[in-house]
Amino acid sequence: MSDTATSPAAPPPGGQPAGGRQRPSAMRLRFQAVSGTLASIPITLFGLVLVTFFIGRVVPIDPVLAIVGDRAPQDVVEAARLQLGLDQPLYVQFWRYLGQIASGDLGRSVMTSNPVTDDIIRFFPATFELATLALIVAVLIGIPLGVWAATRQGSWVDQGVRLFCLAGHSLPVFVLGLISLLLFYAHWGVLPGPGRQSIFYEGMVDTRTGILTLDALLAGDWGAFQDALLHLAQPAGVLAMFSLAYIARMTRAFMLNELKSEYVTTARAKGLSRGRIVWGHAFRNTAVPLVTVLAMTYAGLLEGAVLTETIFSWPGLGQYLTVSLLNADMNAVLGATLVVGLIYVMLNLLSDLLYRLLDPRVK
Amino acid sequence: MLTRRSVLLASAAAASVPALAAMGMPRSAGAQTPANVLVFAKQIDDIISLDPHEAFEYTASEIAGNVYQKLVTTPNSDPARLEGELAEKWEVSADNKTFTFTLKQGPKFASGKPVTAEDVAFSLSRAVILNKSPAFIINQFGFNRDNVASRIRATDARTVVLETAEPTSPSFLLYCLSAAVGSVVEKATVMANAQKDDKGGDDLGNAWLKQNSAGSGPYAVRQWKASESVMLDANPNSDTPPKIRRIIMRHMADPSAQLLGLQRGDVDIARNLVADQVKQVEKDPKFSVQYARKASLMYLSLNQKHPILSKPEVRQAIKLALDYDAIQKNIVPTTYAVHQSFLPAGLPGALTEHPFSKKTAEAKALLAKAGHADGFEVALDYFSGAPTSDIAQAIQANLAEIGIRLQMLPGEQRAVITKTRARQHDIAMVRWGSDYFDPHSNAEAFSINLDNSENAKNRTIAWRASWDIPELSRKTLAALKETDSEKRAAMYADIQKEHQQVSPFVIMLQEIEVAVSRAAVKGFDMGPMNDRHSYTNITKA
Repeated sequence: MSDTATSPAAPPPGGQPAGGRQRPSAMRLRFQAVSGTLASIPITLFGLVLVTFFIGRVVPIDPVLAIVGDRAPQDVVEAARLQLGLDQPLYVQFWRYLGQIASGDLGRSVMTSNPVTDDIIRFFPATFELATLALIVAVLIGIPLGVWAATRQGSWVDQGVRLFCLAGHSLPVFVLGLISLLLFYAHWGVLPGPGRQSIFYEGMVDTRTGILTLDALLAGDWGAFQDALLHLAQPAGVLAMFSLAYIARMTRAFMLNELKSEYVTTARAKGLSRGRIVWGHAFRNTAVPLVTVLAMTYAGLLEGAVLTETIFSWPGLGQYLTVSLLNADMNAVLGATLVVGLIYVMLNLLSDLLYRLLDPRVK
Repeated sequence: MLTRRSVLLASAAAASVPALAAMGMPRSAGAQTPANVLVFAKQIDDIISLDPHEAFEYTASEIAGNVYQKLVTTPNSDPARLEGELAEKWEVSADNKTFTFTLKQGPKFASGKPVTAEDVAFSLSRAVILNKSPAFIINQFGFNRDNVASRIRATDARTVVLETAEPTSPSFLLYCLSAAVGSVVEKATVMANAQKDDKGGDDLGNAWLKQNSAGSGPYAVRQWKASESVMLDANPNSDTPPKIRRIIMRHMADPSAQLLGLQRGDVDIARNLVADQVKQVEKDPKFSVQYARKASLMYLSLNQKHPILSKPEVRQAIKLALDYDAIQKNIVPTTYAVHQSFLPAGLPGALTEHPFSKKTAEAKALLAKAGHADGFEVALDYFSGAPTSDIAQAIQANLAEIGIRLQMLPGEQRAVITKTRARQHDIAMVRWGSDYFDPHSNAEAFSINLDNSENAKNRTIAWRASWDIPELSRKTLAALKETDSEKRAAMYADIQKEHQQVSPFVIMLQEIEVAVSRAAVKGFDMGPMNDRHSYTNITKA
């Protein structure tokens, strides 16, 4: 829900596999690691639910208020309180909630009066679409920039990239968003304004996946697809700018580390081309920690960016989570938090698997 | 060899993906909206349901007002006057308990079928049986799930009879029926879409009507996407056909984005501009600004459990310490007006006098008389957003001048309400919107508190301030029961005058709804309640 798509610099995953005596077979090692990660998922999610649940109960907002409204007579308020089980001790409430989610029911949001699962299915695709495009742009620009800066350490290029990253990282997203709207939309008129599509296409494409660009393609409506993509450009660009700065900085740091290594000196002494050294050797070795950085960046983007969503009128998970939180709509908050938690865990798992693919030592 | 050029090329290629895509595209950006489509930019994430018997939120009420018709309504040119919308005429029995409505011939649902008495009786009963948030507006006449079949009935194709439990002021009943909850839905369509519920009954089409419509108003709901957009199409069979074929309401949370959209021509009417933006476009001939008084008040609630605040002199001193005009002019020049009585201007019987203005010396003298010449310290709860936080600071400065030191407690809106509902505040700055278009809506809230105990059933605004007022409550109830409309209005005027002087409420401001449209867009008719904003006569030149 934050706009800071970063998590503290994640350490490179896993320890180095113990070399030497009695090395277990690669297959077994992989299986153990994966099953270990899988086993940790429920524990992580349990912790998440526990903390969120209790924070939700100490918020000084009466959750009944959102259900019956400010005007309801006291007997209606009490009935709603009983129905929610709020008269029970906290641990009983928590136990009930656990039982409920174990049976796959996230409960009903009091703000939208829909099942939380339905709400998430409605809001998540918009965020998914935005986050994915933002990540693609950030990777395509951020990695080359980082590598470039590392190979020219200390030069004006390096300083320029550093300044750019600093700006991208420290300019608040809402400032970037508004500047972008002012220039590209209001001043030059080359990109459309806030929203996911132009009114011309409103209601023209059936909702199948909720990912508008994909829905337009599925419907074979090329115009609607272009329109949706144009509407994505600004919010995705702004979010990408932020992630890009982080990715470029991390890439630069990883690359510098590799370029100082002895094998690079050896390769140079052997007369390998600079391109081979940088991309073929040094960059390949940064791939492992970089995957973790990308996975965490992606997870950060997927939890929704409330400021970007507000400025660009993007109906995503960030807005949903924020509005629910401000109304003490705990089912919605817990449901959305669980989804975000699940995203983090799954992406972590994915980067672990990728790490095994990228690191030949595990093969 | 990695050269500068190769990296530049790689970056440029990546950066140009969206740009390249943009070049071959239709220029949707910056185009004017089509002539037969009207685009509103509005914060619409308050919509929970479009079912008029369930919805109670601002945007949904406004949509209900344009999609459905009621038995009676009030014209925005003269909001106190009642006129028939679906009803041609009505009669009241001598005992003021039986109300007989005769329907007009002509109104038709979007399906093409005429509106019948059966539809009207079904709709009002449906509101009672569903018993959702706005149901109390109708239920207060003694209807409930068990008796509604006999008390609300269609006696022939054009006649509907309502029997109230007690003698009822006709204006009170009619104003209540003019609320969005009095909307008439088409029985056949709604019941064809009813779903079974878990108790063996059905939902009276509630799940379907949340997203669709079955009304006789000028528009019909085509599509609603939560927090994204609402689309309405003209009802081809309406007896009041609209000029514009399609209305699109786009959710734009950010006022700056709304203004940009308006300036680009992508938006025809922006609904949530803030004061300084309104100022900016006010003098621009390309735009026209419309104002409407909204039935929403901002006031201070002084908790009477607080030993100092319960002294009449202290309450009066606070009322005389505030610089209402300066607050209004400097902080909310276009979005609020000074208002000091509990009935907002625009509602029948509203008192528009302003007896209070900043009189520091007088206020100080009153404090001294109460034994607090050196002032005292007290907490103020308020919503931390704009513009309330600025207003709170102005109040802090005003009260400091007479020696009252405010301890500022900013919080979330619902947190502040939760606190006042539990009577735990000292002073709280709160907003209150009227529920329906009758003086009783606010009179009940601000001047009835028959049981001041902790376990009271009816926790009105007066109860939340622990204000024990048996006498004033009786007067307010008497006004409710008065069947002569003029006498009734006069009684409310008296109650408000007394209330201004003695109540622990410092009523300060009334909200103004602002709509900014492109100059070519005309005819958006705004009323004192959200369900009175009409799109029927909107035109685009």
